[in-house]
Amino acid sequence: MTAALMPSIAPMAFEAVKVDYAAVAPMLIVVGTALVGVLVEAFAPRLARHTIQVGLTLVGLIAAFVVLVLISVNHHAVTLGGSLAIDGPALFLQGTLLIFAILGVLTMSERFGGRSADAFTPMGAATPGSPAEAAAERAGFATSEAFPLTLFAVFGMLMFVASNDLITMFVALEVLSLPLYVLTGLARRRRLLSQEASLKYFLLGAFSSAFFLFGAALLYGYAGSSDLGAIAAAIRAGNSAYEGLLLPGVVLALIGLLFKVGAVPFHSWTPDAYQGAPTPVTGFMAAATKVAAFGAILRLAYVGVEASRLEWRLGVAAIAVLTMVVGAVLSVTQTDMKRLLAYSSIAHAGFILVGVLAFDSTGVSGVLFYLVAYGLATIAAFAIIALVRSGGSEATHLSQWAGLGRKHPVIAGIFVLLLLAFAGIPLTSGFTAKFAAFAPAVAHGGLAGILMVVVGVLASAVTAFVYFRLIVLMYFTEPTGDDVVALTPSIASTIAITVGAVGTVILGVVPGPVLQLAEDVSKFLL
Amino acid sequence: MSGLPLLTLMLVVPLVGAAVVWLLPATSSRLAKPIALATSLLTLALALVAWARFDNGGDRYQLTETHSWIPQFGVSYALGVDGIALSLIVMATILTPICLLAAWNDLGEDADPQREKTYFALMLVLLTFMVGVFAARDVFLFYVFFEAMLIPVYFLIGLFGGPRRQYAAVKFILFSLVGGLIMLVAVIALYFYGPGGEQGFLYESLEGQVGGSTAAQRWMFLGFFIAFAIKAPMWPVHTWLPDAAAESRPATAVLLVGVLDKVGTFGMLRFCLGFFPEASKWATPVVITLAVISVIYGALLAIGSRDIMRLIAFTSISHFGFIVMGIFAMTSTAGAGSALYMVNHGFATAGLFLLAGFLIARHGSQRIADYGGWQRVTPVLAGSFLVAGLSSLALPGLSSYVSEFLVLAGTFQRYKWAAAIATVGIVLAALYILLTYQRVFTGPRPTFVEGSEPRDLGLREKLVIAPIIASFILLGFYPKPVLDLVNPAVEQTLQLVGATDPAPTHATGSAQ
Repeated sequence: MTAALMPSIAPMAFEAVKVDYAAVAPMLIVVGTALVGVLVEAFAPRLARHTIQVGLTLVGLIAAFVVLVLISVNHHAVTLGGSLAIDGPALFLQGTLLIFAILGVLTMSERFGGRSADAFTPMGAATPGSPAEAAAERAGFATSEAFPLTLFAVFGMLMFVASNDLITMFVALEVLSLPLYVLTGLARRRRLLSQEASLKYFLLGAFSSAFFLFGAALLYGYAGSSDLGAIAAAIRAGNSAYEGLLLPGVVLALIGLLFKVGAVPFHSWTPDAYQGAPTPVTGFMAAATKVAAFGAILRLAYVGVEASRLEWRLGVAAIAVLTMVVGAVLSVTQTDMKRLLAYSSIAHAGFILVGVLAFDSTGVSGVLFYLVAYGLATIAAFAIIALVRSGGSEATHLSQWAGLGRKHPVIAGIFVLLLLAFAGIPLTSGFTAKFAAFAPAVAHGGLAGILMVVVGVLASAVTAFVYFRLIVLMYFTEPTGDDVVALTPSIASTIAITVGAVGTVILGVVPGPVLQLAEDVSKFLL
Repeated sequence: MSGLPLLTLMLVVPLVGAAVVWLLPATSSRLAKPIALATSLLTLALALVAWARFDNGGDRYQLTETHSWIPQFGVSYALGVDGIALSLIVMATILTPICLLAAWNDLGEDADPQREKTYFALMLVLLTFMVGVFAARDVFLFYVFFEAMLIPVYFLIGLFGGPRRQYAAVKFILFSLVGGLIMLVAVIALYFYGPGGEQGFLYESLEGQVGGSTAAQRWMFLGFFIAFAIKAPMWPVHTWLPDAAAESRPATAVLLVGVLDKVGTFGMLRFCLGFFPEASKWATPVVITLAVISVIYGALLAIGSRDIMRLIAFTSISHFGFIVMGIFAMTSTAGAGSALYMVNHGFATAGLFLLAGFLIARHGSQRIADYGGWQRVTPVLAGSFLVAGLSSLALPGLSSYVSEFLVLAGTFQRYKWAAAIATVGIVLAALYILLTYQRVFTGPRPTFVEGSEPRDLGLREKLVIAPIIASFILLGFYPKPVLDLVNPAVEQTLQLVGATDPAPTHATGSAQ
């Protein structure tokens, strides 16, 4: 295994790498299903495609999850020539990602009685409002390729959280990002906004990928290897010829990753992409991308460049503080539900960073728990936003939600529960998660850790104001327009919302088992 | 203490009652209010059984239950009460049925049944949290109840309050959340400076066991103290209370001011003094000063109030000043006085708020200037209000007198200046109570449209007010049962602080 950790830079002769198939089986299943999905897109009749794609995607994801839980958990390994590390955190995050993907696909499949997925445009390439688009609509076109695209993104995410060298990490980053750029542009309604969001996300994403790649190149120059273990060894040895490359390399690579979690000042894509993307995609993206990106940050920070942390820790701490403050304060001024949750997700990214910076295994488990809690609540919240309609399109303006609690007590009640979780009220998952992320920072983070936690709780108070104002709006305000209704969700959306809500309560009331699991798996394999 | 898990039962019973009330089918909505009342009475019965089982000379915490909850955080589901906690639980369980009865027709005769069910279910949920917050024996569990409690109150104010209810509800929740979140940092830190382990949040694990530097202890003390000062509330973080009280229904105001705010003073006694004795002594001069300011400032604003609900809220700020002063005087007399005052104040405030509520229900206005001469229309109401007011201004023979005297006498042993200034508060109390009585109830008989003269208190309202007035007289002439209950707990707390009385006291004598 040590040989696998330190691959020689230039192998003398070609040598096939050893693959631990049991460890990587879930990823293979997902990418295999995605490829089959592409074939379905090409050969299946148009009318049956939606059903086939949704069924196939779900079967693939569930199979991957089952294999992960039954087989892969016993195969901790650094495999594929050291490029993938299937260890505790990787498996935990992969499992989380697969669950989020299943829930996300369930919400994406929502048809509201139509022939194809309600959220997606019939023809992504058509000019918004053009005759071509109208014709595509009439002909019953549908972008059912959204489902294979989602699978490709999931594949990239699964790889991202396990990638053990910077090149693999970069490839995974691109594999997960490209489908998401496309999915962002596929909203059925408000097409221009959706396309603009897609382009913005793509341009800024490409920009950040370049940062990451440059950072990776510098780190390669420093350590003579892109392998995280080799970089860690080089830092500890401290005898590199190019000592000056280390800090810029770490900073640039981290910037690339912090962009993906939406940390300030790399957050500007978040509100636009969240608002423009089809709402179920937003929910999936918010939950799963955060899991994947924080998985990669954890691995880079704890496995790769942990030994040099004193040089960059304060900088990232400043980013965490900035992220919490900006995310919280700007969420106060939002008038659009999706943008509001986007800024709230930025604030949450800051809270999670506080846990990351504890540099202790309890910090890792806190982050893992936070990601699960946040993701479950987020997917359900966006699924509910997709239900609230006014005149056929989504009623995302806050004022349209006035009095919703009177008209739709169940939907509004669940949404309040999710808001309370975002606010971190005890007996919801949000509180346990905040506790899990903040406690290690106080215990192991020194003065900086305590200060970050203080800023964190004050930012929480600001975000709580936002959420409670929403509750005021939904419950204590008279409805303005009477055309705002919550559609009745199909069984698929109902499952996703129920799982999110029940998970939010369980992780708040009896978080013990999941916390224990997160604690058990919090050791990286190196 | 084997047998029934009494405290858990007291948490579960109201919660089940709330669920039943809320989920009642539309056809049997009439049953909602009787079921709610029965549930609260059952909880009261359980509380009385708990009192009967409590041994005044026994362990520090009794009726204990301990189960592992989140061992990863050192959190246990641990309940148990000392005398102070038990006295407050009994008070809360007595006040809840009274409030339910007082709120019986709050929403009108033809109210939307679902709305009415929500109202009563929320009050029962609140009862669970009120019992829980006093019965917790684990800091984390306490914090959970402390924060969760806000949600039912938030909805009670926001859904059922007065015209500015949205503002009041949001202001209430923001003040409370900021305090709670500051406390959260201290709670997290407490675990790491304590002994840790899977039961690291148990009170017993922490009392006298909190390590860390002097500075760390002082910061943690501040984290807890600020939260409790907001809750209590003390000047200068009191501004949410008048709004919340004025915009909520009288029954909600009673539970909010009479019971929930006691969590603040209860927490100071239990956490600030119990866990951070050195820091408490360090902070005492400032705290006592703030308390004295609260006493005077609350009284002055009460005199200046034109809204009767706001007036009662301000009198509470003044009274909370006395309680805090008694706690931080750290003498056994003042401590016992404060513990007793917490109970007395609950009943006195309940009397004032509920009678003011009856008055408002008859006339539809909270402005004092809109009244006058009502003694001639509603003599029983007027008489009851006078008794409640006299108790509030600490007339000898009524309950508040005993506690206020103990607090002042105990404080005088150590901080003569503070006690002297606070005494002015009693004079001001006479002023705000008697002036209010004069403006509302005396004077020429008001004129009403023919046929719309307000009736005097009905049977339901008399049933509401009778136990409260009985408590004034009972606790005024014979406070011994409650003093016996709280004294050991006060002694133990002062032992933790390491404070010894500077002079011989009488409160301990009366307890034997």
